[in-house]
Amino acid sequence: MKAKQKAAPPAATKALAPQEKPGWTDIPIGAVVVEAGNGVNYQTGDWRSERPVVDVDKCIHCLFCWVFCPDNAVVLHNEKFKSINYYHCKGCGICSAECPVKVITMVEEAKAQSNANDSGAADGDGNLSPKAVGKGG
Amino acid sequence: MGKLIAATGNQAVAQAMRQIDPHVVAAYPITPQTDVVEEFAAFVADGVVATEFVPVESEHSSMSTVIGASAAGVRAMTATSSQGLALMWEMLYIAAGLRLPIVMPVANRALSAPINIHGDQSDTMGARDSGWIQLYCKNQQEAYDTLIQAIRIAEHDSVRLPVMVCYDGFIVSHSLAGMELLEDDQVKAFIGKHKALHPLLDTKNPVTYGPLALFDYYFEFRRQLVEGMARAANVIEEVAEEYARLSGRYYGRYEKYNMDDAEIGVLVLGSAASTAEVVVDELRAQGVKAGLLRLRSFRPFPKAELARELSHLKALCVLDRADSPGALGGPVGVEVRSALLESAKRPAVINGIFGLGGRDTTVDLITTVYHRLMKIVDTGTVDEPLFYLGVRGGNNNGRELEAAIPQARATR
Ligand code: SF4
Ligand code: SF4
Repeated sequence: MKAKQKAAPPAATKALAPQEKPGWTDIPIGAVVVEAGNGVNYQTGDWRSERPVVDVDKCIHCLFCWVFCPDNAVVLHNEKFKSINYYHCKGCGICSAECPVKVITMVEEAKAQSNANDSGAADGDGNLSPKAVGKGG
Repeated sequence: MGKLIAATGNQAVAQAMRQIDPHVVAAYPITPQTDVVEEFAAFVADGVVATEFVPVESEHSSMSTVIGASAAGVRAMTATSSQGLALMWEMLYIAAGLRLPIVMPVANRALSAPINIHGDQSDTMGARDSGWIQLYCKNQQEAYDTLIQAIRIAEHDSVRLPVMVCYDGFIVSHSLAGMELLEDDQVKAFIGKHKALHPLLDTKNPVTYGPLALFDYYFEFRRQLVEGMARAANVIEEVAEEYARLSGRYYGRYEKYNMDDAEIGVLVLGSAASTAEVVVDELRAQGVKAGLLRLRSFRPFPKAELARELSHLKALCVLDRADSPGALGGPVGVEVRSALLESAKRPAVINGIFGLGGRDTTVDLITTVYHRLMKIVDTGTVDEPLFYLGVRGGNNNGRELEAAIPQARATR
């Protein structure tokens, strides 16, 4: 894959508590979003009721999941599947449906969390930050 | 001195639009606004303006088109009336919410049902909470002058809100009056170059318009809009003064007529004020201290100023050319009452609904309103806080009124 390396999106900030969010005097008028690519800051991982769990040993690195994921939540390394970014993965299950060798299992989020004993926001490598997104290729 | 012409309100508005020469106009014809679109389309066809004219299939589309054009970064206008405005409804809120400085003349007309093409202000009064600035004009000249000023108000850095320039259907839109046009280059210089804020077509600085803002941000954006509206108050006055230096014609947020020493007064919007001026003159000639206040800027509403200008009266009647069924009165009446509530001294206030569906509002009819006020001052009691001026039928209103008309004539 010779896709041009894209500039990294702005580093994600931790989700802000309601009182920490900027006030009406500090945001652009008209709800215009003036910062390109700031969707990376938006945590959609906490919408998830099921999470994709990948059996990486059986993965054939076809990258269908990467192409189909509507949230750019599939993380690549050296043009190979690396992990799922659970900060953004909202658990739609499209990757699981599209995987030609059926190695992505959708696991109930509550069960996955109690198994992994984590908050559910960490990515496959335990990173809370969504930074890896967009650096694949 | 500009050029003197005879023009209908619609022609006056079309002339202003020609001189403004907006980048984009998208419009659908509807009575009584039709001639605006017709005349402007002729300017486009004749190459008199450089405007991209988009004939659309509905008003929902015309407002959508000018929203898109304005967000793209250009000066965009449309015009409408009545049902057309009603069809724009959801887009009105979007234009204001996105803070797009769109300017739209509205030839006021009643809303169906029953279907009616004549002038009342029900259409724009219903849009009072949409976040649009609303300026109401008395005559053809004022519609022209206000439309030109509206460009400056809408596009002002501290405002950035859409503006409706309202003038009464048929009474102003279709009747011919002498008026003065500014020179084309005077208008061009006055409105200046359009300055876009976050234009969508600026691909070097990509932006997103219309994102989702839920419970965590929506409220903040609505609060910003209120601030833009509040700031518009000063901007309307500043622009009016600058325009007066250019044209010799000054229009602020309201206009007083024999008000300062008045004991009884009427507050009204639009063309009915011209009729009321005649009544005030007649009553003054009889020694009655009658006054008139014509409100031009309904949004933003000049609360403090009205409280100051009206509190010395003994009795006040607010005349509404729109009703709010089930409310305490018409939209203007309710708001003026609220504005006066904090004044230590305030007049007895009555509210008359008048002229719905274009019902002719004559000198006689308005004279009966002043007679009501005189009676309130004499007796110290208010019998009817809300009344329907000149409506037929019922137990009292119509008959009382008919009885009052010959009496009113007799005093003239
Ligand atoms: S679709 Fe399946 S096999 Fe293909 S890269 Fe993704 S996980 Fe691996
Ligand atoms: S479940 Fe949906 S969002 Fe999550 S990685 Fe798969 S395709 Fe992407």
